Amino acid sequence: MNAETIRIAGHDGEEIEAYLVRPAGDGPRGGVVVIHHMPGYDRGTKEIVRRFAEMGYDAICPNLYWREAPGAAPDDAAATARANGGVPDPRLVGDVGGSAEALRALPTSNGKVGVIGYCSGGRQSVLAACNLPLDAAVDCYGAFVTGTPEEGFPLKVTNLVDQLPNLRCALLGLFGNDDKYPSPEQVDELDEILTREGKPHEFHRYDGAGHAFFSVDRPAYRVEAANDGWERIETFYNTHLGG
Amino acid sequence: MCTYATVKTELVGSAKGPDSKWFRVTDGTVYFDHPVHAMAEHTLNIDFADPSKGPGARVAVELTAASAQELVAAIEAALASAPEALKV
Repeated sequence: MNAETIRIAGHDGEEIEAYLVRPAGDGPRGGVVVIHHMPGYDRGTKEIVRRFAEMGYDAICPNLYWREAPGAAPDDAAATARANGGVPDPRLVGDVGGSAEALRALPTSNGKVGVIGYCSGGRQSVLAACNLPLDAAVDCYGAFVTGTPEEGFPLKVTNLVDQLPNLRCALLGLFGNDDKYPSPEQVDELDEILTREGKPHEFHRYDGAGHAFFSVDRPAYRVEAANDGWERIETFYNTHLGG
Repeated sequence: MCTYATVKTELVGSAKGPDSKWFRVTDGTVYFDHPVHAMAEHTLNIDFADPSKGPGARVAVELTAASAQELVAAIEAALASAPEALKV
């Protein structure tokens, strides 16, 4: 496997940094775009990118905070991006689209690309799948895909309900039943909307797990849910991204 | 909570930050969200920063909600104990 930091063309053709990991061998094989969580383009996220390469995919993670903080430590970059208002949705779509194109341009590509995101990236994964030609999307406990914020809630992002009819690929959703953002009721709402719209989706919901149960370096980590979730992801991507 | 919801305030003062160097603080950002380092799902986070000196010019604090409330009370008590004439 080969891991490297590269530059790609992101939103509006602007150059951004990305972490690319490729298995050894000629392919052809699918690709995975990993959307990092709000704390940034950090070591834990890069471990996830390497895991997808270990699973046999070309995998890439764009640094969504590159414009605000090129070369900064991930936590400092995340703080700067937050202070500037966060990542605008159109820019996220452009950066994920550029990442997908970078994967498709690899000589090993079979032309198929999936996306996955965690936490805020879960919502962004669905957002990307509603706006880009992708082949599979995974939403790991993304908040505000559905749901109406409580009155007075200081929300800066909008839900994606009006975009869900445009979902362009199958969606795998992985959620903790103890999570509040998204709550089980909000996951129910997402399930109902996708069913109504005839959008293929597969949800798995774990008792005893809350938000961020995949994060191995946080108290929220739940090994049973995370292990099952990784198996679901592997099966889902084999189905949709295989040659 | 993944909301990017952030309360910002201008500050006048100094903080001791990276490499044990003091720097002037111009901006404060306060938010309740996932921490980077604290062992809690959510914390009250404060960044004391000088954006003009780059993303690294920052002192970050992540506090549990209860300890953040205690800090607020401690700050108010300390300010209340100071003579008004000194608070300029």
